[in-house]
Amino acid sequence: MSEMKKIKNLKEFSTSADRFEGANLLCPGCAHSIIVREILNATNDDLVLGASTGCLEVCTAVYPYTSWDASWIHIGFENSSTAVAGAESMYNALKTKGRLKQPDRNPKFVAFGGDGASYDIGFQWISGCMERNHNMMYVVLDNEVYANTGGQRSSSTPIGGSNTTSPAGTHSYGEKHNKKDMMGIMAAHNIPYTAQVAPNKWKDMVKKIQKGFATEGAVFINAVSPCTTEWKFDPKDTMALTDLSTDSLVFPLYEVIDGKEWNITYRPKNVVPVEEYLAAQGRFKHLFKDQYKHMIKEWQERVDENWAYLNRREEARV
Amino acid sequence: MANTGWDEFEIGAMLRSFDGKIDDIAGTLQEDRAYSPNNSFVASVADWRIEKPVFNKDYCIDCQFCWIYCPDISIIARDKKMIGIDMDHCKGCGICVEVCPTNPKSLLMFPEQAEEEAELANWPAKDEEK
Ligand SMILES: Cc1ncc(C[n+]2csc(CCOP(=O)(O)OP(=O)(O)O)c2C)c(N)n1
Ligand code: SF4
Ligand code: SF4
Ligand code: SF4
Ligand SMILES: [Mg+2]
Repeated sequence: MSEMKKIKNLKEFSTSADRFEGANLLCPGCAHSIIVREILNATNDDLVLGASTGCLEVCTAVYPYTSWDASWIHIGFENSSTAVAGAESMYNALKTKGRLKQPDRNPKFVAFGGDGASYDIGFQWISGCMERNHNMMYVVLDNEVYANTGGQRSSSTPIGGSNTTSPAGTHSYGEKHNKKDMMGIMAAHNIPYTAQVAPNKWKDMVKKIQKGFATEGAVFINAVSPCTTEWKFDPKDTMALTDLSTDSLVFPLYEVIDGKEWNITYRPKNVVPVEEYLAAQGRFKHLFKDQYKHMIKEWQERVDENWAYLNRREEARV
Repeated sequence: MANTGWDEFEIGAMLRSFDGKIDDIAGTLQEDRAYSPNNSFVASVADWRIEKPVFNKDYCIDCQFCWIYCPDISIIARDKKMIGIDMDHCKGCGICVEVCPTNPKSLLMFPEQAEEEAELANWPAKDEEK
């Protein structure tokens, strides 16, 4: 085991030498890169990375440029998980055979994917990686939409959101189905570590990522990634939106150890009404018309129910 | 490699982030790295900006909120101090200004063509209502 990087406070964290570079082509204010920076900077160990097709991959590998200062595999929409699992397996094989050139280094294996890549098209591949318990971390950049191809709904898109394939109008309030409980599904693989993170709560996030890096076996991370373009808010407000998402409990922060031990890691002092979270985003603006107003109440009830469920899971220890 | 056309690639091609060998990337600051011509670090997105952030170090408390929340690795922090903005990589999103906690703020947005020195000379005073 390599030593864990010491990050006591933000000043100490700011001495990190970033391994993710600027002049990538992500939108101004994109949360994907804030998340990636917090993850990469959580360790000083070597990194073996991959990204599924989506905004992160497409915008950080535009020929002739790469924005990655680490081994990084450009792969398909569905299979960053298995590409990185393959690299991890090869590494283990070489280690067993005593053929590693630098056996004292401790590379960390991380695959990134959007919610489209993870909740939909790469779902079974991720499930396989988790079930085989590869020593890797899979990170979802969850912006609840296929952002890179112009805003189609995914199975992470929440109910009532207006998207290009589930648009709101006079006959529809937009997306009809509720968001898939990916955290619950991944925890049910009984992997050593599953966690939901948000970049505004950087300390909580870095702690979880470091815990993940210290774990032997598969780690699943779901990171909320507010998308200025598809959620429709001003780029300067990315962090304000992230605050609303965690403090309204729409994105509760918690971890699950071995599929059994559920721990809520952040309890907002002042819980914000879900209505404020919805009102800050253009994708929900139709919900404030008389015709669809009942949806706001339903949203609040659903979030309250989910919070009560998480609290029960935490208490039950099963 | 930098001169290879996009359709001249062979399957399994590799872009190198650095020229030569770097053993400890995580321990090497940007100014000490030998970036290759294929690293986006050598490129600029400055022409994306409509507004730009201006930094007034007189009010800065080096909290590093701007460093951690800047999506574009454009806040330069060295030895735990905020020392400036990387104007080649800043896209002008304005996040750093929003998260800056000082009163008056140590970072403010101005039109791209504004004169930095004039803006610094006219920096707003403390807002008593906050
Ligand atoms: C097999 C395959 N199908 C479709 C696409 C087109 N495609 C590229 S990115 C993308 C959407 C990605 O959405 P998501 O995974 O949520 O990532 P985001 O862009 O939102 O970060 C799609 C559909 C593709 N590249 N490959
Ligand atoms: S569309 Fe959204 S996720 Fe994609 S680069 Fe822009 S802000 Fe980021
Ligand atoms: S305006 Fe945006 S990109 Fe520029 S320094 Fe501030 S946070 Fe970074
Ligand atoms: S957020 Fe403001 S006070 Fe804090 S380091 Fe940046 S400029 Fe200085
Ligand atoms: Mg997405």
